[in-house]
Amino acid sequence: MSVNCDIAFTLNGVPRRLAVPADMSTLELLRDQLGLTGTKYGCGEGECGACTVLVDGASVNACLMFAVDCDGRELVTVEGVVAGATGQRLRDAFVASGAVQCGFCTPGFMVQASHLLGQGRAGGEAEIRRGIEGNLCRCTGYRKIIDAIATAAQGGDHG
Amino acid sequence: MAEAMPAAPSLIGRRIRKLDAPEKASGRTRYIHDLEVPGALHAKILRSTEIHARIVAIDTSAARALPGVHAVITAADVPWQRPIGVGKDHLPLKTDRVRSLRDEIAAVAADTEEIAEAALRLIRVTYAKLPVLADVTAAMAADAPQLHEGRPGNVAMTFDYAQGDVAQGERESDVVIEDVFRLHYVTHCCMGVSGVIAEFDPAGNLLLHSNTQVPFLHKREFAEALGIDPARIRIIQPPIGGAFGSKLDIYPFEPIAIFLAKITGRPVKLLFTREEEFLASPTRQPVLLKLRSGCRRDGTLTFRTVETVHDNGAYTSWGATTPFVMMQTISSLYRVPHCLYHTAAIYTNNPYAGSFRGYGNLQATFAVEAHMEKLAEAVGMDGLAFRLKNAQTAGEVTPQGMQFKSCGFQQCLETAAARSDYLRKHAAYAAQQRAPGPVKRGIGMASMLHVGGGAKIYPSDGCGTILKIDDFAHVTLMTGASEIGQGSETVLAQLVCEELGLPLEAVTVVNNDTDITPWDVGVHASRTTFIAGNSAIGAARKARAKILAAAAQKTGLTEEALGLAGGCVVRRASGERLFELGKFLRGLHFSDRAELVMTTFYYEPPSRHQDREFKGDVSAAYAWATQVCEVEVDSDTGIVRLLKVTGAHDVGRVLNRLGIEGQIEGGVVMGQGYALTEDLMVDHGVIRNPNFRDYKLVTAPEIPEMDITFIETLDGEGPQGAKGVGEAPAICIAAAIANAIWNATGTRIYALPFTPEHVYRALHGAAAPPAWTGGA
Ligand code: FES
Ligand code: FES
Repeated sequence: MSVNCDIAFTLNGVPRRLAVPADMSTLELLRDQLGLTGTKYGCGEGECGACTVLVDGASVNACLMFAVDCDGRELVTVEGVVAGATGQRLRDAFVASGAVQCGFCTPGFMVQASHLLGQGRAGGEAEIRRGIEGNLCRCTGYRKIIDAIATAAQGGDHG
Repeated sequence: MAEAMPAAPSLIGRRIRKLDAPEKASGRTRYIHDLEVPGALHAKILRSTEIHARIVAIDTSAARALPGVHAVITAADVPWQRPIGVGKDHLPLKTDRVRSLRDEIAAVAADTEEIAEAALRLIRVTYAKLPVLADVTAAMAADAPQLHEGRPGNVAMTFDYAQGDVAQGERESDVVIEDVFRLHYVTHCCMGVSGVIAEFDPAGNLLLHSNTQVPFLHKREFAEALGIDPARIRIIQPPIGGAFGSKLDIYPFEPIAIFLAKITGRPVKLLFTREEEFLASPTRQPVLLKLRSGCRRDGTLTFRTVETVHDNGAYTSWGATTPFVMMQTISSLYRVPHCLYHTAAIYTNNPYAGSFRGYGNLQATFAVEAHMEKLAEAVGMDGLAFRLKNAQTAGEVTPQGMQFKSCGFQQCLETAAARSDYLRKHAAYAAQQRAPGPVKRGIGMASMLHVGGGAKIYPSDGCGTILKIDDFAHVTLMTGASEIGQGSETVLAQLVCEELGLPLEAVTVVNNDTDITPWDVGVHASRTTFIAGNSAIGAARKARAKILAAAAQKTGLTEEALGLAGGCVVRRASGERLFELGKFLRGLHFSDRAELVMTTFYYEPPSRHQDREFKGDVSAAYAWATQVCEVEVDSDTGIVRLLKVTGAHDVGRVLNRLGIEGQIEGGVVMGQGYALTEDLMVDHGVIRNPNFRDYKLVTAPEIPEMDITFIETLDGEGPQGAKGVGEAPAICIAAAIANAIWNATGTRIYALPFTPEHVYRALHGAAAPPAWTGGA
């Protein structure tokens, strides 16, 4: 069994201190230890984007980041994203645009989209498409996800 | 909110938001992976490291001794296990022999997943290797070992169908062509991996949290595999992270979790890793297909002779039965007087195929639409005119016995061709084939026919509904139909609201618990909107009649003079609100006349059931579509870019526009993946690319422009005129792209996928066309 390490970080705006096994991923930390199940396991190898979280404002695959590396950083998960104004706008746009089917990929897209919006990188069709290249969706064909992000970038849902 | 209407226009055809979307977009939906059951153990499965071998010995002693391990089981611990699956040829835990790399040898239940994995590494298995049957040719060889008792020649299943006399058809033909097509392995790639949670209560009743698409019929399957009473099984389906047909059968991991729960007396949770999902969940059926077709000089089709051989893999699931759908496309998409069809599904040591959106139709359409194009050219007709000449129309009863009561096929052809500027572009691109430069454009067309009014693969195709209205006019709709992300929950609520004049928020749908919901045959065959929709409408109409009868009594008006709209009882003629529905219902609930619980069942209307020769009608309605694909082919790199898809779909009627667009777009992109990027590489029984890095799904930058038109033929039996659509959009894309590549380059490619390497080789004459190896 592995060594535990103490870490201190901010999670969705709240300071946290805890001990985590050295070999634990941030995805396991969030889901198994902290009960934040909005962040999904889709592949565990950085290939699907279902586990996307924001770390110091950058979008990161939580499955590829060790939990110990959260130390000293600021993490935002989908739960944190939808608590903010941009996240709510995105959620409303995803719902109104029909961007959700089985929904398993959706939290990852929500976090990635909030990142794009925050960075001013959702300016047009091509930029949005490139911005979500790392997120897989098997249900929607992406069309309505792109539309939703464009709608949110323009300031609201069209429903 | 748009849906909360006053005395209201119809909800049908509007853009209705998916009821479960806000929760899903907030990350609050709890899929099976997210469920915590107190006291649950975590299970892992040990799979074979040999492709084909005898199991000589299994030593689990070290694994059993590991602290935190509660059970290690092999076949010896469950002598009462029974074979599962469509062919009942598959024991969950293998006894003396493994037949593929996915085969389950042992399983562990432990306090944590990590301990379970550590225990697996301690299990020692001794094998004696057997010869590997790497493909159908090896499996059909006279001296090939038999993979299953009682299946000589390794034949898992055969299908034969005949209409007319193909020899006569051939004599009447002015043109006859024959080609061999090879269709590859792909897999579902549901974003949520497989999983199950099994627990027994002290009385021995089994509760399963399962992602199944077929909860009611699977109760019986599980009961048979376990030797218990089906009445003691309850299945709850948490929200499902994608299905697409993959959850239409039961697979070994499910009984194994149940065995472990029984043996440990604890709840057991078993989840796949993504790698396991690639290795041990089903595939689409790989097919080798020989098609011989003919027509007269005037473009009239004369005959088709089809022979296919399917690599069945080591066990039999629904994939083996896809010929059932393939023969429909071959016999009945276009009018063909003479057809002969033969399939053999052959056991090999490869992964085995299940059902997958489209169910054999992608493969059949790929071949049929290639020949439509080639025959058209041979007789000097354009592809549109040639297809129109042979396309089915409403009223037709095909020689196979399918009855096309509503049929918008010709309109689909004309619409898709006109909107894509097909004829002009086709001629212009063909003229450019020899122009300088490596990048060429092409346009191609393909069409499809698929069941759209349920599917009688069982003795009947039914679904029940229970509907109750509370004293605040809130409706609870209990339906047997499962939601797998496709939006059935929303469309059923919408159909009910349409009858009762209520806003969408006034309906809660309960659809995932076999102890509560009425019987249904499962979510498959694009049947849910049609069958469950009609059932829900039936219940809502009963409620409406009861309410209006009571309101008539109260007002002294006739029932016909009254209506329901905007949450009120209204005067039908003027829309004048008489009283608020909730208030009225409160009064009714306190009377002795209320009984505001409705039950209904819907079964497809009587028709001639298919006989042993596959003649008869399989669906109450059929869906049609034509899709035109425009591509860019780079002959220097072999890269094919899909630029635009123009689709025209006969869907009967659009119910939820937002939902149906999502189904079509998702299906188109799934079809694009089948054609251009996805390739499950199976090499001598080994899957070489069990991950998303090497198995390429289409990503957002690659999707085409999509122009979709809905042809509304208002099916007489459909709910509000609608027909099923779930599978249709994925079916034609590969076939249309093949025709587009031909138009762009003059090269016909007979094997999928059109990945850069394959296309490059084909364009440079470095790839032999597929050869027929399916025997005489
Ligand atoms: S789970 Fe992290 S990228 Fe797939
Ligand atoms: S909505 Fe199902 S994977 Fe995206």
